[in-house]
Amino acid sequence: MDRITESKVIGVATPRIDGPLKVSGSAMYASDHHFPGLLYAWPVCATISNGTITRLDTGAAEKMPGVVAVYHRENIGKLYRVPPSTGFTMIIDEKRPPFEDDSIRYYGQYVAVVVAQTVEQARAAAESVTVTYNKERPNTGAKLLGTSLTTDKPEEKSKRGDTAVALSAAKVKVDEVYTIPVETHNPIELHASVAVYDGQRYTLYETSQAVVNHRDVMAQMLGVPPEQVRVITRYLGSGFGGKLWPWPHGLLAAACARNLRRPVKLVVSRQMMFQSVGHRPAIDQRIQLAADADGKLTAVQQDYINHTSMLDDYDEGCGEVTPFMYSTSNLLVTGGLTRRNVGNPTAMRGPGAVPGLFALESAMDELAIALKMDPVQLRLKNEPALDESLNIPFSSRHMKECLTVGTEKFGWSPRTPQVGSMKRDGLTLGWGVAACSWLAARIETEATVELLQDGSARVACGTQDIGGGTYTVMAQVVSHETGIPVNRIDVVLGDSSLPPGPISGGSWVTASMTPAVLAAAQNAGKALVLAAIKSNGSPFLGKKQEDIELVDGTVRLKGQGTAGVPMTEILRIANVNSVSGTGKSDGTLGASKPKFSFHSYGAQFAEVTWQPEIARLRVSRVVTVIDAGRILNPRPARNQIEGAVVMGVGMAMFEETMYDPRSGAPINNNLADYVVAVNADTPEIDVTFLDYPDYELNALGARGVGEIGLAGIAAAITNAVYHATGIRVRDLPVRIEDLLIPASQSTVVS
Amino acid sequence: MELFELVTARTIPDAVKAQAKSSAAQNGADVRFIAGGTNLIDYMKLNVERPKKLVDINGLPLDRIEKTADGGLKIGALAKNAVVAQDATVKEQYAVLSQALLSGASPQLRNMATTGGNLLQKTRCVYYRDTATGCNKREPGSGCSAIGGYNRMLAILGTSEHCIATNPSDQNVALMALDAMVHIEGVKGQRSVPIEEFYLVPGSTPQLETVLESGDLIAYLTLPKMPAGAKSVYLKLRDRASYEFALASAAIVMKQNGGRIDFVRVAMGGVGTKPWRSVEAEKMLLGKPATASNFVAAAEAALHGAKPQSQNGFKVELAKRCLVHALGQASQGA
Repeated sequence: MDRITESKVIGVATPRIDGPLKVSGSAMYASDHHFPGLLYAWPVCATISNGTITRLDTGAAEKMPGVVAVYHRENIGKLYRVPPSTGFTMIIDEKRPPFEDDSIRYYGQYVAVVVAQTVEQARAAAESVTVTYNKERPNTGAKLLGTSLTTDKPEEKSKRGDTAVALSAAKVKVDEVYTIPVETHNPIELHASVAVYDGQRYTLYETSQAVVNHRDVMAQMLGVPPEQVRVITRYLGSGFGGKLWPWPHGLLAAACARNLRRPVKLVVSRQMMFQSVGHRPAIDQRIQLAADADGKLTAVQQDYINHTSMLDDYDEGCGEVTPFMYSTSNLLVTGGLTRRNVGNPTAMRGPGAVPGLFALESAMDELAIALKMDPVQLRLKNEPALDESLNIPFSSRHMKECLTVGTEKFGWSPRTPQVGSMKRDGLTLGWGVAACSWLAARIETEATVELLQDGSARVACGTQDIGGGTYTVMAQVVSHETGIPVNRIDVVLGDSSLPPGPISGGSWVTASMTPAVLAAAQNAGKALVLAAIKSNGSPFLGKKQEDIELVDGTVRLKGQGTAGVPMTEILRIANVNSVSGTGKSDGTLGASKPKFSFHSYGAQFAEVTWQPEIARLRVSRVVTVIDAGRILNPRPARNQIEGAVVMGVGMAMFEETMYDPRSGAPINNNLADYVVAVNADTPEIDVTFLDYPDYELNALGARGVGEIGLAGIAAAITNAVYHATGIRVRDLPVRIEDLLIPASQSTVVS
Repeated sequence: MELFELVTARTIPDAVKAQAKSSAAQNGADVRFIAGGTNLIDYMKLNVERPKKLVDINGLPLDRIEKTADGGLKIGALAKNAVVAQDATVKEQYAVLSQALLSGASPQLRNMATTGGNLLQKTRCVYYRDTATGCNKREPGSGCSAIGGYNRMLAILGTSEHCIATNPSDQNVALMALDAMVHIEGVKGQRSVPIEEFYLVPGSTPQLETVLESGDLIAYLTLPKMPAGAKSVYLKLRDRASYEFALASAAIVMKQNGGRIDFVRVAMGGVGTKPWRSVEAEKMLLGKPATASNFVAAAEAALHGAKPQSQNGFKVELAKRCLVHALGQASQGA
C-alpha cells in the first residue's frame, strides 16, 4: 500500500471536535434521549446466586402508583437466542435471554421488570415484587487453581520445544502463582437503553461499543430482520470493554417497548453494574521461567485458569502476549475455565494481555533478582528477532528502544537493586519496570465521505467514539485527503444504519477506520474531478480525469502550481449539492497465514514511595514509553495512555470485587466500597510515543492506543513495591495488610 | 426511597415537638431531622432509612461558631464541616479537628455536611446498606451478616456478637480527644452530655448508637479551652490517598512539661464501634517522657482488648503504627 509520510493534519495535536459538546453538557448520551410517552423500566434482581424461583408475586407491585406493566418469564413474550457462530459476528457474552427459565445462576440475575410512568415509581414497584427461591449453596470461590475445569484438562494455547525438559535442567528458575481478583469496569456512564418501537421498527439508543453487532444480536433475539433494528450510540461515557456486547437489560427494554408500543428507558443502577454487565474474571496464573546463568531464557511456561459463568464460556486468553514477547526455544501456554455463580465475565481493557503481563512481568522481575541482573538488561537480552511462535517477522517492533528511552526518561541508572536501599525526603523509594505489548489489527470497515457545495465535508462510519478521540481522528483523515479544515468536517458515527464500521474494542478502530475513510475521501475526490470534467461551464470541461488533481480543496490541472478552482465552485457550476465516495478496508484479524506479527509495545517504569512506620505506599511517578505505530493525534493519544496509567494504579493498588461467600452477592457494589484511584492517587505521568509508523498495517502506519497503556503497569508497580519493601505481592491488589508483614517473613526469591 | 413529608421547623421548640412524635429516636425513626442530608438521603435512597416525615432544621439559628466566656469554643450543630475546618480559632487552637474534617469526604460533601449531622454519621458497613441481608442495627434480630462476611473495614474494638459496625467519622474522633460537650434540646429541656458518654457500644442493642431520645435535637458543641502549650494532630490511614474512610486513624492532644507528658488525650477512628477514646493509652503516657518506647507501650495498651474478625486482623498492627506515629508528631508539635 502507498505510504503516507507527510501531512499537515495527521500527527498534529488537534483538540477534540466533540469537546465543546461534552463540556457544555449538550452531547446526547444514550440515557439523555427522551420521547413523548416515554416509560421507565426497572429490573427486579435475584437476591440469591444459585437456585430456582419457586414463586414470583407481582400483585402488590402491579397495584402501585404509575405502574404500567410487570413482565416476567410468563408474559415477556418471545425472546430468542443467537445461533452459534464461528466468525466475528453475533457476539453476546450472556447468551441466555432474560427470563428464559426459573433457574438463578448469579446474584442480580433479572427475574422480572417493572414499567412505570416515572423511574421512581418503577423502582419502588420493583422493590415490592416478592420472589421466593429454592436456594442452593453458591460457588463464588476465589481460588481457581486445583478446582474443576470445564474441560478434562487445560487447553494448549501455544507450544514450542519442551518446557518440562528445559525447566528440569535449568540453572535458575522462577515458579510462582499470580492471581488477579474480579475487577468491575465501572465506567461513569451507566449502561442504558432507550427503546423506541413503532410497530415494526426498533430504534435503540444504547451504550454500545459496537452498534452493528448490537443491531445484529438484537434483531436475532427479538426475532425480526436486521433492517428493522437501528442502534444509535452517538457518545459514550466510556465502557472499558463492558459495553462491547449486548447485556440482558437492553433486550428487556426492547421487549417492554414492543409489548407496550411505548418508548421505554432502562438505566442500569450502579449496583447492577457489578452484577449483570460483565467484569474481568478472577484469574490464577502459574508462571515458570528458566534461564541460563547469564540470563538467556531457556523456558517460559504459563498455565492460567479464569472463572466463567455457569452457562457461558469466557476465556480471558492470558497467553496472548507470552508466545512472542521473549526469545526462548521452549514455551508452553495452557488455559482452562472453571465455573462460578457469577454474572458473565467479559473483555476489560486489554483482556488477556493485561492480566497475562502482570504475571509474566512479575516473574521476569523475580528472575532478574534471582540472576542478580538488572531487570531492564534481562529484557533486552531476551529480545526476539522475529515472532517465534509463528515464525514470521514483526511488522514493526521497537521494544528495545522503549526500554532504553524509558531508562533515560526515568533516570533509571542510579538504581541500586537492594531492597529499601533508595531514599528521598525521608521516604523509601521503589523502582520497578515492566515491558508490555498489545495486539494490533484491522477489521473490515466501510465508510463514506461526502463533499458539499458549502465547502464542508461529511464522513460517516458505523463505528463509535468511546471517548478516545475517534470523532477527531476521522475528521483529521478526511482533512488530510481533501484539504478541508477539520472544523468544516461533520463526523457521523455511532449508528448501525451507517456503513458498517469497527467495534470500539481491541484498540482496532484507528487502524481499521483510517484506510476506509482515506479510500472514501479519495473516491469522493474522484467524483469531484468527474463533476469538473463533465459539467458545462467548468474550466476543466473535457479534460482527462488523470490530468486533474484535488489539492487543499481546490481542483487543478496537474503540475500547474497554484492555479485551481475551489471545490465549492465546481459543485456550484455542476449544480450538485454534493459528491461522495465509499471506501472499504479488509481485515487482518484471524488471517489464516499472516505475513506479519502486528503488535504495539511499551515499557512502563514506576516509582513508589514507602513509609513503613505507617504502612503507607503511594505510586509517585510513572514513565511510559509507547511504540504504537504512528500517532495520528497526540492529544487524545496521550490522554488515553495517562488514563490507562491511572487505571493501572487502581488495578495494582485498589480494585477488587468482593463476593459475599454466603449469598454470592458482589458486596462492595458501589464506588465508595469498590476503591478506584482518585485524583490524589494519580502519579506524575510522563508519556513518550516513539511514533514509528507501522506501514504494514495501513497507509498511515497507525495502530491505536486504547489498551497498551494499561498493559504492564500493575507489574511495574508491584516490582517497585518489592524494591521498596522486600514484599513480593503476587495477589492483586497490593493492600496495606500485605505490607504490614515484616519483610523478613515474606517469601522472596534469593 | 419511599414517599415522605417535608416540614420546616421555624424554631427549636417546633423542631423538638415535631420529632418527639417519632416512633423511635434513632435507627428506624419515622420522623427525622434533616440538615445537610449527605448521609440520610443516601440511606433513604437505599431504603435503609424510611422516614415518613423529614423536619428541615436548616433555618434554625444554630450555625454560629463563637468563643465562650471561659476561653473555649462553641460550635453550632448546623455549622458546615467546611466552615469549621477553616475557622481561624479551630485551625489555631484545635488543629486536630480541622485536620480530621479535611481528611474526610470531599469538598462538596463538606460544604453540605453539618457538625451535628456528622456526630450522627452512620456506619459504612456494606450489610447495613444492603436490605437484602440481615443486620441487627438496621433490623434488630435479623442477625449480623458482617461476622463471617466482608468485614475488612469493620471494628476491632467495642464489638459484640450482634454488631461489629465501625463508626466512620473523622470529626468525632477529634472531638473525643478534645473533650467536647454535646448540648441537646429535648422534650424535657436542655441537657449537656460529655462526648465520652454520648455514644453507646452496640451490645445487644446495636440499633441504639447514642443517648439521644425522641425529640432530642443537638443544638451545639462546646470545646474546653486547650491547655496552654498543648499540640494536637490527626493522622488517617486508608487504602487510597483521599475520599475514603479510615482503616485506622488517631487524634492526639499532648502537652509536655519539663520533659514529661503532663496532659494527653488519645482517640482512635476506623477501629471502634464508636469513636474510640483510649484512657488506657493516656494512663501509660501521663507523667512519662515522650519517647518512642512509651508510645509503643501506649499503643499496645490501646489495642489490648482488640477482637479482630476474619478479614481485619491487620487493623491491630495498623492502628498501633498509626498511634505511635501520631504521638510522635504531637510530641514534636507537628
